[in-house]
Amino acid sequence: MLELMKKFAPLFEKGGVLEKLYPLYEATFTLLYTSGVVTTGKTHVRDIIDLKRIMIIVWFAAFPAMFYGWYNVGSQTVTAFASLANGSELASASYSLFSSDWRYALVQLLGGTLTTDAGVCSKMMIGAAYFLPIYIVVFAVGAFWEVLFCLVRRHEVNEGFFVTSILFALVLPPTVPLWQAALGISFGVVIGKEVFGGTGRNFMNPALVGRAFLFFAYPASMSGTNCWVPIDGFSGATPLAQWQEGGQAALVDYAGNAITWMDAFIGNIPGSMGESSTLMIAIGALIILVTGVASFRVMLGVLIGAFLTSSMFNAIGSETNNLFSMTFQWHLVLGGFAFGMVFMATDPVSSAFTNKGKWAFGILIGVMVILIRVVNPAYPEGMMLAILFANCWAPLFDYIATQRNIKRRLARA
Amino acid sequence: MADDVKAPTWKETLVDPLIANNPVMIQVLGICSTLAVTSSMKTAFVMSLSVTFVCAMSNLLVSSTRNFIPSSVRIIAQMTIIASLVILVDQILRAFAYDLSKQLSVYVGLIITNCIVMGRTEGFALKFPPLPSLLDGIGNGLGYGLVLCLIASVREIFGSGSWFGMTLFETVNNGGWYVPCGLLVMPPSGFFLVGLLIWLVKSYRKDLIEAPEYKTHKGGC
Repeated sequence: MLELMKKFAPLFEKGGVLEKLYPLYEATFTLLYTSGVVTTGKTHVRDIIDLKRIMIIVWFAAFPAMFYGWYNVGSQTVTAFASLANGSELASASYSLFSSDWRYALVQLLGGTLTTDAGVCSKMMIGAAYFLPIYIVVFAVGAFWEVLFCLVRRHEVNEGFFVTSILFALVLPPTVPLWQAALGISFGVVIGKEVFGGTGRNFMNPALVGRAFLFFAYPASMSGTNCWVPIDGFSGATPLAQWQEGGQAALVDYAGNAITWMDAFIGNIPGSMGESSTLMIAIGALIILVTGVASFRVMLGVLIGAFLTSSMFNAIGSETNNLFSMTFQWHLVLGGFAFGMVFMATDPVSSAFTNKGKWAFGILIGVMVILIRVVNPAYPEGMMLAILFANCWAPLFDYIATQRNIKRRLARA
Repeated sequence: MADDVKAPTWKETLVDPLIANNPVMIQVLGICSTLAVTSSMKTAFVMSLSVTFVCAMSNLLVSSTRNFIPSSVRIIAQMTIIASLVILVDQILRAFAYDLSKQLSVYVGLIITNCIVMGRTEGFALKFPPLPSLLDGIGNGLGYGLVLCLIASVREIFGSGSWFGMTLFETVNNGGWYVPCGLLVMPPSGFFLVGLLIWLVKSYRKDLIEAPEYKTHKGGC
């Protein structure tokens, strides 16, 4: 295989017939083998952990959250069917592959069931039937833009969009129409990343830029009560919205049982596909922390900022706004807090680079997310906007940190 | 401010501001009204006409009085001329197109502070005779209007499924199939579109790309 690829190499190198497609060749080659490029010139240590490996590690780290997301989408769907008056009838009807319910049909075809006796396998299948089409579309469209820009600019294609596409797919609700997902990732990759010069030059997280675009462009399919469970006409709020309505007492699942903290921690709550299970996200966090891909400073900063701000709101209290009473441990497990903290905030490109800057960056996110969640009446969720906001500040934090360092060292001289 | 500089040809004054020296795309002036009035084609079109009128007339008037205006009070003199013209436009709109004038709200009044108008009187009309000044005013007004109408078309067609108020795509809320893109109704989308438009124009007209103001490291990534 290696020999075969090397044989084709001259075709793509300077002067070859397929010279224009060199970035594509290079991408395939380095995906399979370690790059043969050796640094020349001044001393330069090349680590085995390059951008490619970093991206693949993050990609794997998102898997536990993704698999749990599948299970959870299925589980929420089954519960929601059971709670409808004609639910058992709907659930046991057989669907056609050519109708708008083709995903149900697919699950049934593969031997799964939508009724209450559905096992883990059926539930995973339902989730996969919703997640995979979205992911495939997001991946294909994201890859298209990435490769297009790389070919035009003659850059190396790199795996940034592996991560961007899976993170983007995971923060979408299961019911989002595929064309909207495609539009969102296009906006995220082109406006969020490529216009600034491609991977490593974007100052905002492209996945979040895409999500923000969808959030403002098509609010009905990204927030509210109709988008969390893939059943036509079914409406059910997320726990965050329920808390906003009626405090902790209002947290109930679709079957009408109260949601405990443990439920929310494990992830048996409706929400975007990958963000429901804090436990699985914690496993992902462990992977990227141990391998040194993500910065513990950013994560700790977010936790500290959020803890201080939520404690402050708890102490102030409010008669009219229920979210004032939400404690830190609830903030941690509801909505996109954990997912954003672990996978979005730690993005090495759009977060701060200096260690002090990372602390400040994390704390700013923590403070902002609680502020947006509690004080702003329009959206119950604030993680996305908090991170995008902090992304804009990251260069300033770095500037201050380096300037202080320069001053300190000058004073010493 | 004598006419010692050679006056540009009529073609330069009238055609250049459309693309090559477009006040919005190249000089990046008048952005606030570009974001504010472009959510529908009607308002954008009326705004373009108003700005073209004000720009042309103020250029003409400032240019004809340029030899009588003392340099120390020229800004006030120009402001007075521009403000009178804008008030005129505002009154006409209120008289004949009351609904539109309601929709445009303060933005008609704000033409007074539109940097394009002031920029052209200060930068052009004070130096050149009335006729080229008039053409320059019309050219710049049209250049502004061109960008405004382009952006408004995109925003209205994809944001509300209509153009000049005529329905092109029936939206879902009215029982049709088109799901309007809510972002395009909001002002920030104007920013994205101006940016994309500049990108598009400058990738066709490489000569319009400014030299970088500072050096970055060579060779891309």
